[in-house]
Amino acid sequence: MEPVYHQKRAFDPLRIWLLLPSWVVIGVFLLIPVGLMLLISFMTKEFRGGVIWEFSLAAYDQFLIDRGLFGDDPPTIEWTYIVIFLRSIVQATIATIFCLIIGFPTAYFIATREPQNRTFWIFLVTVPYWVNLLIRTVSLKFLIRDNGPINEFLLSFGLLSEPLGLINTNIAVQLGLFYSYLPFMVLPIYASVERFNFTYSEAAADLYADKWSTLRRIVLPNVVPGIAAGCILVFIPSLGAFIAPDLLGGAKNFMIGSLIEEQFKGNAGNWPFGAAASMILLTMVLIALLFYTRQQSKGEV
Amino acid sequence: MQVASSVRSIPGFSLLAILCLVILYAPLLVVMVYSFNDSLSITIWGGFSLRWYEQIFFGLEAEKFQKAAWNSITIAFMAAVVATTIAFSAAIGVVRTSPFKGKNLNISLLSLPIMVPEIVTAVATLIFFSMISFKLGYTSILVAHIVFCIPFAYLPISARMQSIEKVYEEAAMDLYANRKQIFRSILLPLMIPGIISGFLLAFIISLDDFIITSFVKGAGVETLPTAIFGSIKQGIKPDIMALSTLLLLVSTILVTISYFLSRADLKNKLN
Repeated sequence: MEPVYHQKRAFDPLRIWLLLPSWVVIGVFLLIPVGLMLLISFMTKEFRGGVIWEFSLAAYDQFLIDRGLFGDDPPTIEWTYIVIFLRSIVQATIATIFCLIIGFPTAYFIATREPQNRTFWIFLVTVPYWVNLLIRTVSLKFLIRDNGPINEFLLSFGLLSEPLGLINTNIAVQLGLFYSYLPFMVLPIYASVERFNFTYSEAAADLYADKWSTLRRIVLPNVVPGIAAGCILVFIPSLGAFIAPDLLGGAKNFMIGSLIEEQFKGNAGNWPFGAAASMILLTMVLIALLFYTRQQSKGEV
Repeated sequence: MQVASSVRSIPGFSLLAILCLVILYAPLLVVMVYSFNDSLSITIWGGFSLRWYEQIFFGLEAEKFQKAAWNSITIAFMAAVVATTIAFSAAIGVVRTSPFKGKNLNISLLSLPIMVPEIVTAVATLIFFSMISFKLGYTSILVAHIVFCIPFAYLPISARMQSIEKVYEEAAMDLYANRKQIFRSILLPLMIPGIISGFLLAFIISLDDFIITSFVKGAGVETLPTAIFGSIKQGIKPDIMALSTLLLLVSTILVTISYFLSRADLKNKLN
């Protein structure tokens, strides 16, 4: 029973002061910077990096429309950047699907262990996440290089006649993204399977003969929120990833992250264009999140 | 009932779970093993040796790595202290006060640094510092790290705080304890494991960051990840594998401590 006489709690009068530091730090060093970035994306570029404070739609125009080398050709759709964005979406989607294929059974397996063993399994899955992402990607690169251990092994046993040639391909990037974010898929699915009450499935077992249909019709619908959370946690960082495409993909498999990075490195950059590309990426992420929260709240009803 | 309980064990899932762990650990183990390789070539095994470890501590690039390590550790420490303090304060404000309008908005704000893609945060922060003409370097890295460390400190702290029932402070209030006493003799002692856990996670996250650091570090200042990235541009050298192995061990040890803290916690709760 809730005691009525304690309507007010000890820290109520201090609430604003307790929250203030987080508002100030996140507000000043994240929200204002994102606002400035939006502003910059509508400014004119300066040739040595930086901006001129003059309103211009050039950044978004350059992104979408091709006006030829001298800007006087009839405008056509500029595909270069759209293709980079589409490629990023495809790469992130494939990585998410692979994470789901391995992550779901893993999470399900862990959640159905004895309670005292579960946390240890989850610990094993999370440790790699806390290891430096750069180091993990370098390790993966080392492993799958043409003269790396995997190829050497397969070649020496005569299973291959030439190296797989994985490095600098789309597949290497997908593998890198999959490897980077796999723990993100396991954790939320694990949480939702663990909460699932298996007595439902006992009742269902009378209706459906085999466990596959019980899994599909009874367990799966109940763990959809966990699966959705896992997918969003893998998809979002994959979309804007920089390390995996840069180290594993080479020059041909450009993704959004590399495109943005290029605009801010050295003197060749174009800040308004980089800011515009970042805004488009941020918008895509927000749409994905909105879609996700919609879906989650629908699940609650 | 035989069939009923069997949906808990799906054939093949255990194999996939083991495959998952193999995938996660194999590349790391391979790099660890090769960091002890005596051979100059990174492909051929030339026997066990500690020469690459010797090289990162005493070799030609030792000074560069030591400087980078010093920057990494001091930044991670300060960023984690500040982020943990901010997160702890915010957690009291969100969790230990009566429900208020904007509670969810506050929680979203606290998790915002995780939601925004890292590269976007990096760009926005770079633009911000250059607009206010703030010189890029050690301080700009520190400020940027504090921001993205906040959610990582907040998560374990707020989880722990939610598990502390409000009856303790209500009992204290009944005994006319003031706010300071409630904080010092109830909230803080009960929160210690959560605070340490939050601090450690924030510390690791700062130690590991590459993208945001590389945008706001300016010329001349390096942290370990940016130094490693600079070196591997010319190919993966064995000394980098040794350095990576050390960094990998530091993260693993800290996560393990954090894990045992929360586990000890769980046991206390059960008793």
